[in-house]
Amino acid sequence: MADSGGATRLLPVLHAPIGHDSAPRHVSGEALYIDDIPEPPGLLHLYVGQAARAHARVTRLDLTAARAAPGVVAVLTPADVPGKNDISPFAGDDPLFATDEVKFLGQALFCVAAETLPKARAAAALAIVEYEDLPPLLTADAAVAAGSFIEPTQTMRLGDARAAIAAAPHSLSGHLQVGGQEHFYLEGQVALAVPGEGRDLHVWTSTQHPTETQHILARVLGCADVDVTVEVRRMGGGFGGKETQSVQWAAMAALTAKLTRRPAKIRLDRDDDMVMTGKRHDFEIDWRVGFDGDGKLKGAAFEFASRCGFSADLSHAINDRAMFHADNAYALQTAEIVSHRARTHTVSNTAFRGFGGPQGMMAIERALDAVALSLGKDPLDVRLANLYGVSGDLTPYGQTVTDAVAREIMTELEASSDYRARRAAIAKWNAANGHLKRGISLTPVKFGISFTTTYLNQAGALVHVYTDGSIHLNHGGTEMGQGLNIKVAQVAADAFQVPLDAVKITSTRTDKVPNTSATAASSGSDLNGMAALNACEQIKARLSAWSIENYGHSPVFTRDGVRMGAELLSFRDFVHEAYVARVSLSAAGFYKTPDIHYDRIHHKGRPFYYFAYGAACSEVVIDTLTGENKVVRVDILHDVGRSLNPAIDLGQIEGGFIQGMGWLTTEELVFNDAGALRTHAPSTYKIPTAGDRPDVFNMAIWQPGENRENTIHRSKAVGEPPLMLAISVFSALTDAVASVGGHKVMPNLDAPATPERILAACNDVRRQSALLGSAHA
Amino acid sequence: MGRPIRFLLDGEVRELSDIDPTLTVLNLLRYHLRRTGTKEGCAEGDCGACTVVLGELEAGRVRFRAVNACILFAPMLDGRALFTVESLGREGALHPVQQAMVDLHGSQCGFCTPGFVMSLYAVQREGAPTDTASLKDALAGNLCRCTGYGPILAAGQAMGEAPAADIAQALAAIQPAEGLVLEHRGRRFFAPRSADELAGVLEAHPDATVLAGGTDVGLWVTKQQRALPTVVSLNDCADLRYIEDLGDALRIGAAVRYADAHPVLAKLSPEFDGLLRRLGGLQVRNLGTVCGNLANGSPIGDMPPALIAAGATLVLRKGAVRREMPLEAFFLAYGKQDRRPGEFVEAVIVPKIAAGRIFKIAKLSKRFDQDISAACLGLSIGVEAGRVTDARIAFGGMAATPKRATACEGALSGQPWTRETVEAAVAALAQDFTPIADMRASAAYRLEAAQNMIRRAYLESGGAARVLDAEAVAYG
Repeated sequence: MADSGGATRLLPVLHAPIGHDSAPRHVSGEALYIDDIPEPPGLLHLYVGQAARAHARVTRLDLTAARAAPGVVAVLTPADVPGKNDISPFAGDDPLFATDEVKFLGQALFCVAAETLPKARAAAALAIVEYEDLPPLLTADAAVAAGSFIEPTQTMRLGDARAAIAAAPHSLSGHLQVGGQEHFYLEGQVALAVPGEGRDLHVWTSTQHPTETQHILARVLGCADVDVTVEVRRMGGGFGGKETQSVQWAAMAALTAKLTRRPAKIRLDRDDDMVMTGKRHDFEIDWRVGFDGDGKLKGAAFEFASRCGFSADLSHAINDRAMFHADNAYALQTAEIVSHRARTHTVSNTAFRGFGGPQGMMAIERALDAVALSLGKDPLDVRLANLYGVSGDLTPYGQTVTDAVAREIMTELEASSDYRARRAAIAKWNAANGHLKRGISLTPVKFGISFTTTYLNQAGALVHVYTDGSIHLNHGGTEMGQGLNIKVAQVAADAFQVPLDAVKITSTRTDKVPNTSATAASSGSDLNGMAALNACEQIKARLSAWSIENYGHSPVFTRDGVRMGAELLSFRDFVHEAYVARVSLSAAGFYKTPDIHYDRIHHKGRPFYYFAYGAACSEVVIDTLTGENKVVRVDILHDVGRSLNPAIDLGQIEGGFIQGMGWLTTEELVFNDAGALRTHAPSTYKIPTAGDRPDVFNMAIWQPGENRENTIHRSKAVGEPPLMLAISVFSALTDAVASVGGHKVMPNLDAPATPERILAACNDVRRQSALLGSAHA
Repeated sequence: MGRPIRFLLDGEVRELSDIDPTLTVLNLLRYHLRRTGTKEGCAEGDCGACTVVLGELEAGRVRFRAVNACILFAPMLDGRALFTVESLGREGALHPVQQAMVDLHGSQCGFCTPGFVMSLYAVQREGAPTDTASLKDALAGNLCRCTGYGPILAAGQAMGEAPAADIAQALAAIQPAEGLVLEHRGRRFFAPRSADELAGVLEAHPDATVLAGGTDVGLWVTKQQRALPTVVSLNDCADLRYIEDLGDALRIGAAVRYADAHPVLAKLSPEFDGLLRRLGGLQVRNLGTVCGNLANGSPIGDMPPALIAAGATLVLRKGAVRREMPLEAFFLAYGKQDRRPGEFVEAVIVPKIAAGRIFKIAKLSKRFDQDISAACLGLSIGVEAGRVTDARIAFGGMAATPKRATACEGALSGQPWTRETVEAAVAALAQDFTPIADMRASAAYRLEAAQNMIRRAYLESGGAARVLDAEAVAYG
């Protein structure tokens, strides 16, 4: 049952700040994650044998000793795959086990199934693998230089940007490196497969995409989709890292279960998880803009190169989304956006909250900071002058922005954060202080909502009303902490005007709702909320028809019960009567997002149903001797339309911001020259702690927000957009570094802005300032 | 063989015998006792998802400490009370800490949540302060990837106090009269109860792994899959758990944990407070010992540079024979310390910081809290009549061992305490160190930042510099 834990269940459930349905079980340890499920008798534990080279031919793989090791039941290799040795979402380039050629350090070569995990692990270490090394391409730049891509370079054009930039009164260009990011979901990848009778296989897995898992498992096993049931109750975090990258482990468990007829579990430990699963793409960005004396853009040209890793995974769409967000909230006037998708000998990078959008936005925000500095203007003024709704409404992909509200949000935040006075105070403080410098920035977010692969914008739901009035709710979305289930339950409870605890939230299963899309692209409640509402409306329509026939009145669902004219029945009595009258009380709902289309050949169309907006103002202080830094104050105003659940939405906003802040500051992925990830555990890879959250953290939902499109109760998606609010932190750090040279030299600060990079940028500004000074002398 | 391990769980005495001596408490809970509320997030004591609380009887009073179950060996429960998230409340009858987390939306995916609940529970049982800064320190060892921490900090402030059963008597009843001796498939675990006994066991087993808090040794098992043949724990040697004031120095016994040394060292200098707040998370400081951090000889341990600068002396003991040496002399080479077979670090003697001395500790890391140093400075300089009388400068993270910067010191000694002298000393630092590049920092950055930390110490000594952390804290 949805348990809000208190009196809220008596209040209207829509737009109410109701707690996460699982919260009482989270805090008591009763919430079951896959590794918590009581282990079935005969369970086998799996351990994966990894490649030790980034790029090599495997000249010998001798598993004799591993097979003979104590407790080992099976050692699985490509030869054991009855179907296709491929777990890719579509490209066919992602083997379950590498065959003769390994393409990244950590790639799976085989897996050992044993009676215990330590035995499986010990046996895997006995494998003898010999390699003939091949030259690896480890960085995007190296791959681009070698012509190694996952698909041809894509270009998006609006007008003639090169000519416009050349003709503009001013122009600037620069280069920016943006690092990748490890998801660091607290629950690592895990799956449990239990064989049933015949070909039946039931798989519990921590995935954002049960349907794709089902389809790929069937492909690997050489059976039909219908033979495989995939179930997900909850994930201990996903963030995109369990959209495709969860499938490989589920496939190993499924294959073991099929071959041995025994249940099989696989759980990657933290180090293996970080080495073997993909991350946010790191980007190399070249930017060039032309602008007038007011800082108004005439044109922008971006060239992106991203490290996709050894296989395509979702890199096509991720890099497309980087292109879609190279404008962020600004009318570029003319644009040329070139995107190289580099195939490298590293782990295959994948979806991560924002899905390329954050990297795209970094480019334009850096460019606008540079424009402002070069004109001696406040960057906020340059940003405001170029916004959609102020300076134009046509995006580089030909969609007209009809819902631009960034200006309203930014000006409200400018006032509430006291931005202007603080900027003046910071300038004064910086002038008076030696090695500590402050910086401030206010940046917007405009994020396109919809899967840009149009057909994915569909969802299903299954609603049963039982004769006691209790309601079973199922839908195709998955719960990873984001509060999707409670939001959809609110929609269903509201539809029937029943208390929230009359609606039972159930695990996502491919045998209840088939052919679903991943819970991704922030689309969870938009799609599944609508599908659930559709199911409820179908049941209500049947009830209405029967009621008119039986009572002469169409029923009105109220919190007091169901009213038919003067008659008032409890919901329970009403549905029980309907049942006796042989009315079907179960429905499968469906929804598809209207009005969207995209021509990927020409990169034109309306890929997004609407845009979500927000703005953040961050203030930082840096130590210019060591590069150490702190975020000291954050103010956020974010648009979620009419919030379905402000408590859940605020949680997404704060959590997204802090995650984005980590990406741009402390979270650094380091690979060595051999292609080995050196930061593969929390001891070396540093996500934010409580101490990194500034004590002054003012956050609000933008009150006038209302989706102009007919989304679920006029709400807006919230999962991804707030992550990009953290670009304000990076911009504020850049501002602080610029103060070292009196804002005369644009800092060359790359992301993540670690102390080392900040010190390097400070030094660079000092050097360039000295040169400027001597040139003027 | 021998007596079983005895500990309290939910008010009941539990006994364990014939177990793998390096079975972690996390695996004991999850796979033997089927208490799956406690989660594995990293198996290295860095994420806090496995946080449990230990109740220990100390001077008749029960102390409650949050610790990481993932690197805690089951025999270390002996004579203690274990609290897990299941010990608190269940859905429908939640404990006030749990209820506060629910009411303030402190969980999203929920996987880190039991760990946070237990860290907050320890704060509550200890009656520790719940202002934001204190809570941030108490929670620095718990990672959450969903919430951004605000709701959890709010829950910590709202959780209030809770009546709880006094377990002092129950704990007293299970205090063993004799040490623990376990043997399991040829592997042994000893937990003697006095320093003399410990000295005897180590003489008999000179190749044993000496275990204190286990915050390093635990990882040998969970990360390197090492099967340690013989482990000798000094955790239960009450006579090694002391801090003695010698007048001009403190003597810190081998079993003294960081958390207990923290307030005492902070009185020597606030610089120690700044360092210890950032050394591991509280779970690590609740187990890890000051002497363990010295004995393991890590080049990036945080205590050595500070204690070398302070002029600390190490006391080693083998049987009844003790020898002392300056701390810096203990570190011979990477992974090699001047500790003989059968010998153990019995104590460290830390001289008090003389009034007027310039004493600075500076830790540099990517993340402010709970990170490993890229470089760590300990600096102690005497200045009389504007002239440097003597200088002790040591760094961690700059060489294969914690090491004094002798050239840098030489450039300071006898010179006027001026910017010019500091610049000369900073230049000399390049002769002292040829740092390496790794995932934490490049070689060039290490050297430059180390030099700048000395420059900054000079600025701060004149009161001219502001301190980053203080700026951030003062902001609100």
